Amino acid sequence: MSTQTELNSLPAASEPRPGLVAVAMSGGVDSSTVAALLLQQGRPVVGLTMQLWNQRRLPELQGNGPAQHRCCSLDDVYDAKRVAQHLEFPHYVVNFEEQFEQRVIRPFVEQYLAGRTPIACTNCNTDVKFEPLLRMARQIGAERLATGHYARIRHDQTSGRYQLLRARDDSKDQSYFLWGLTQEQLSRSEFPLGELTKDEVRELARSVNLPVAEKPESMELCFVPNGNYVQFIHAYSREAGKPLTDQEGEIVTEDGAVLGRHAGVHNYTIGQRKGLGFAAGKPVYVLAIDPEKNRVIVGEDDALRTTSLEIEVVNWISIPEQAAPLRAQVKIRHKHELAAATVEALPDLRARVTFDVAQRAITPGQGAVVYDGDVVLAGGWIK
Amino acid sequence: MQRIYFDHNATTPVDPAALEAMLPFLSGDFGNASSIHTFGQRARAAVETAREQVAALINARAQEIVFTSGGTESDNHSVFGVAQALLPVRSGAHVITSSVEHEAVLNSCQALEKLGVAVTYLPVSRDGLLDPGDVRKAVRLETVLITVMHANNEQGVIQPLAEIGQIAGAHKIPFHTDAVQSVGKIPVDVRDLRLDLLSLSGHKLYAPKGIGAIYIKSGTRLRQLLFGGHHQRGFRPGTENVAGIVALGKAAEIARLTLAEDTKHISTLRDRLEQGLLSRIPDCRVNGLSAPRTPNTSNMTFAGIEGEALVIALDLKGLACSTGAACSSGAVEPSHVLTAIGLPAAEARASLRFSLGRHSTAAEIDAALELIPAAVAQLRQLSPSYKREASAHH
Repeated sequence: MSTQTELNSLPAASEPRPGLVAVAMSGGVDSSTVAALLLQQGRPVVGLTMQLWNQRRLPELQGNGPAQHRCCSLDDVYDAKRVAQHLEFPHYVVNFEEQFEQRVIRPFVEQYLAGRTPIACTNCNTDVKFEPLLRMARQIGAERLATGHYARIRHDQTSGRYQLLRARDDSKDQSYFLWGLTQEQLSRSEFPLGELTKDEVRELARSVNLPVAEKPESMELCFVPNGNYVQFIHAYSREAGKPLTDQEGEIVTEDGAVLGRHAGVHNYTIGQRKGLGFAAGKPVYVLAIDPEKNRVIVGEDDALRTTSLEIEVVNWISIPEQAAPLRAQVKIRHKHELAAATVEALPDLRARVTFDVAQRAITPGQGAVVYDGDVVLAGGWIK
Repeated sequence: MQRIYFDHNATTPVDPAALEAMLPFLSGDFGNASSIHTFGQRARAAVETAREQVAALINARAQEIVFTSGGTESDNHSVFGVAQALLPVRSGAHVITSSVEHEAVLNSCQALEKLGVAVTYLPVSRDGLLDPGDVRKAVRLETVLITVMHANNEQGVIQPLAEIGQIAGAHKIPFHTDAVQSVGKIPVDVRDLRLDLLSLSGHKLYAPKGIGAIYIKSGTRLRQLLFGGHHQRGFRPGTENVAGIVALGKAAEIARLTLAEDTKHISTLRDRLEQGLLSRIPDCRVNGLSAPRTPNTSNMTFAGIEGEALVIALDLKGLACSTGAACSSGAVEPSHVLTAIGLPAAEARASLRFSLGRHSTAAEIDAALELIPAAVAQLRQLSPSYKREASAHH
């Protein structure tokens, strides 16, 4: 592995780091390959698989067909165990169901009901993987936590800061989901796949005969295996004793003209065209959601484009908070092309992002991540 | 790495003598105990010898012993068997149990509830003890079964079965106990305890997994759980697990002969472990300390730690112990037993179970007294809740 010496180019990277490293293992090919890579480097490894969600809790979401592939199912746990057995390192399942529900699932449901479009994966990273899991890793004697994320960590000698960088493989880059990490978390984390492509990872997995080398990737949210998040929100709310009834409201134009009815704001996201339930002459899109008036505001494509947005709970990662406005590139959703913008820090962990060119469907609840080339400068939640 | 096994309440190694006794029945003496020929006769003789051996351990008669696949089947058979045998007789049937039972009893009772049976789950004291007075008060005309575990798997606390047996006898209510955690650890006498039904499991007393037994007092009305051939008088059909039965018989015999000696040896080690930890680790305590306990079990709370992390940290150092109940993934679930004795969630999570066995040694205790305090200190250093608790005292 010629690229290995560049990984996370920390000062002592050429020397194998001493100490136990915990690998967060989902049972998939990426995190399994991380374990294999670290072992190849001669490092002692312990695998940890998080039990995050009890699939039996909402039986109405199970469906009748053969079990769908889903994260933290028993099959995935057993896959992780098989990998650990194959590569001969200790592996444990740790229960974070309570933390996952409080910090990921509940906010996810609440955000949708408040008319926003949340990203559960970011919360899971910031508040579960790199919080209680990292803490547990350290409590059981591991120095650091390695994950299968496609991103890179670099220690900047001049500033002394740990920097977060995009993955070498642009198509797999997951830095967008990691903007919430603190310096402390970054200093204790490793992303050994950051320099690799997915094909290289599969090839590595095959070369050490990992039992999961050919396992397909999971695409959906782990706790919504069938992809129907609306159904999930209904089932979860019912189980929590707050069944969603009578969520209906008006679909209106920007001028307030009523075009139709909606079935609850959680069914909609900014830029959505399908499923509005009425026919209009020109294509219309969701422009905004007003949870207070329980309204969905629609309009034409042009009206979706805006140049400016505000972010909150801003985390400055690779550089300290900047007093002067900053030229950068900003991403407003996972599959969004980086767009040139000026970023200006505001009080109370906020910032204003002003794009050079108007961007389509800026969506409250999503993250806006500020890059300088490969380097993640900051991130925050779109207000 | 030298590994220390302090998880005998989860399972025990097969005793070498029991293993030796069973092996011929996996090879040369492979006959079906129901067969007429010599092969079958040899198997039958071995099964009946084992029945005597198991009966002797609990002061039952051989014909009162039925072999099963283990504790869970024995519990299911007892609970469903009694309730369903009596259901047509008494409408609105009622069952009394405790809130600290093993899932095999708890979930059987919950299944009965779905069939329309009323179930009373009696609370326990802070030490985990059931009050026989509560049992008396819970008895109704419709009560068809009292089922209370003998020793608790998590704390080792021994329930006052003799008193409860008196109450059950006075009201002519069938009385069952899940004795999976007591048989082989403390004397169990089904006559003294006035039991009608008792469940035991092989792998908790140095026999293999997959074999267990029920004691069914003669004359007890019980509906069978499985339907099939005429094995074990048709009461528990299925070709007998001869090798397992033979091993269980041998293990029962060994347990009967060495019980006094084992108890002395194991309780000395257990006390040494507890005293050693209490003196070396601040802010820790033993749960169920003032109740009668099985000699091998110690449940301890270490303030401010996550038990799950401590179990892993200790396993990485070579010490096997456990916390709470494990679910199918192997992850730890909150313990219903520790919740039932009134421990707040954080303290229940901060609790660990050490369960010693016949082959535990003083050297292992000494090694554990080095490993555990170091691991607890390491966890507490990184525990936000322990720092908070510590500073709150100032």
